[in-house]
Amino acid sequence: MLVLALDTATPASTAALIEVTADGLFGVAESRTVDPRAHGEKLAPEIAAVLAEAGLRPRDLTAIVAGLGPGPFTGLRVGLATAASMGQALGIPTYGVCSLDALGRAAGPGRVLIATDARRREVYYATYADGVRESGPDVAKPADVAVNVDKSAGEGALKYDFGVPVEEHLLYPSGAALVAIAADRVRAGAPSEILTPLYLRRPDAVEPAGRKPVLT
Amino acid sequence: MRDEPLVLGIETSCDETGIGIVRGHTLLADALASSVDQHARFGGVVPEVASRAHLEALVPTMQRALDEAGVTLADIDAIAVTSGPGLAGALLVGVAAAKGYALAAEKPIYGVNHLAAHVAVDTLEHGPLPEPAIAMLVSGGHSSLLLVDDLTAGVTPLGATIDDAAGEAFDKVARLLGLGFPGGPIIDRSARAGDPGSIAFPRGLTAPKDQAAHRFDFSFSGLKTAVARWVEARERAGEPVPVADVSASFQEAVVDVLTTKAIDACLSNGVGTLVIGGGVAANSRLRVLAEERAAKHGIVVRVPRPQLCTDNGAMVAALGSHLVAAGVAPSRLDLPADSAMSLTAVSVPG
Ligand SMILES: [Zn+2]
Repeated sequence: MLVLALDTATPASTAALIEVTADGLFGVAESRTVDPRAHGEKLAPEIAAVLAEAGLRPRDLTAIVAGLGPGPFTGLRVGLATAASMGQALGIPTYGVCSLDALGRAAGPGRVLIATDARRREVYYATYADGVRESGPDVAKPADVAVNVDKSAGEGALKYDFGVPVEEHLLYPSGAALVAIAADRVRAGAPSEILTPLYLRRPDAVEPAGRKPVLT
Repeated sequence: MRDEPLVLGIETSCDETGIGIVRGHTLLADALASSVDQHARFGGVVPEVASRAHLEALVPTMQRALDEAGVTLADIDAIAVTSGPGLAGALLVGVAAAKGYALAAEKPIYGVNHLAAHVAVDTLEHGPLPEPAIAMLVSGGHSSLLLVDDLTAGVTPLGATIDDAAGEAFDKVARLLGLGFPGGPIIDRSARAGDPGSIAFPRGLTAPKDQAAHRFDFSFSGLKTAVARWVEARERAGEPVPVADVSASFQEAVVDVLTTKAIDACLSNGVGTLVIGGGVAANSRLRVLAEERAAKHGIVVRVPRPQLCTDNGAMVAALGSHLVAAGVAPSRLDLPADSAMSLTAVSVPG
């Protein structure tokens, strides 16, 4: 079963093709561009590129797995709008995965903090024990993140010091980890899911307090 | 297929998620989801709220459009999407989705200019547009006068608002009169019971001294302030505010300026056709006054029906259909969402 994985929850735009079999996962092709302001321009060409690299066409896809964030909203929505529209056009299911979980899973054994940049001097974060989420996802100032972990990963952990070693090779969610988390759903042909972003923050909007006088 | 292409259009530049499908100049579907109710209590469109709503609405709205037209994505010849101008985050949702549809269905994609699409939509109602034409686009987001030489190539901006958009002025005045949001239809209704000549509100940028630099530009900020001052003076004097008269006099000031400048643009360019689009084109007084003044000079006024004047997917599909029929090259998959997209290009070059 050929699965397309997409994630735009961090400065990276990631598109990957993963073959899911009864007993394993095989990476077919993966493309990643790191540019926090270019998800809208980079992602679609990356999808075209991984398909071309594999000599496959969109109709060969069985399912799409997308990172639901948390992440900066504008970029995050690019991945989810792309995944949802492709799923609809192809008539194939879409599955959502918490983007932090992909990093937590990839970090392997031990207690791990995953932190990504939430801008405004805050991080999106969650903690994992042996790859399984124990707390979060949440958003907070780095100083307010209470950690009882052995190590950390994610570009938020590189940007802010949490007092534990940083797995510097694990900064962005990989396609393989995203698909691994959804593999059971893919194999079972589970019903398609609506891809709702993990926003964690409400929109900034203030109700007007009433009319300001113009006469002074 | 070239003469009558089946084109799907996606519009998400502001608070309306629109998906339209046209075959040539024939409208097959125009599905719309609006987040306007979610913005009402803020008195204006909140970009993040609009962006969230677009993402939620896209897939269901697409399904409604396809069902309404009785076609599938596989039948479509091309996909057009508003690339700009508009709210950056909102545009990006539509552009990303359009790319997803284009990629998955292996169809060409056209990133198009929202303002040019407002002009193109008229062809769905009144057939091919005589060129050159003058287009006046008036809404909560834009107030522009354009010279349309060739709708598939480029459009020449003649003027635009230098402060508030016309629709924005309607919203602000409706708010200060306590009438609600959006202001356009409310003021229009309220004005019917009022006397448009009862209060002399200013006509921005119409003085002889403005002709050199701002002949085809608009300014509505001064008008809005004048209305606010007038209303406040009344309230301070403890007198009731004649809401209908204020609405009618304000509306008259806006449409007087709009029609005067639009007719001037036609006459000075030797153009015999005036197209009016955008949400404010639904204003009943604007339609009447434009017809009246144009008729004196033998100018034909074309105004699409109100549902086509406000933002929708049909207008994007209409422009896309035009581009396909003219053999214009599609855009590439890396086409941007450009919140400040200029009119020099009607579509993003391939
Ligand atoms: Zn518009």
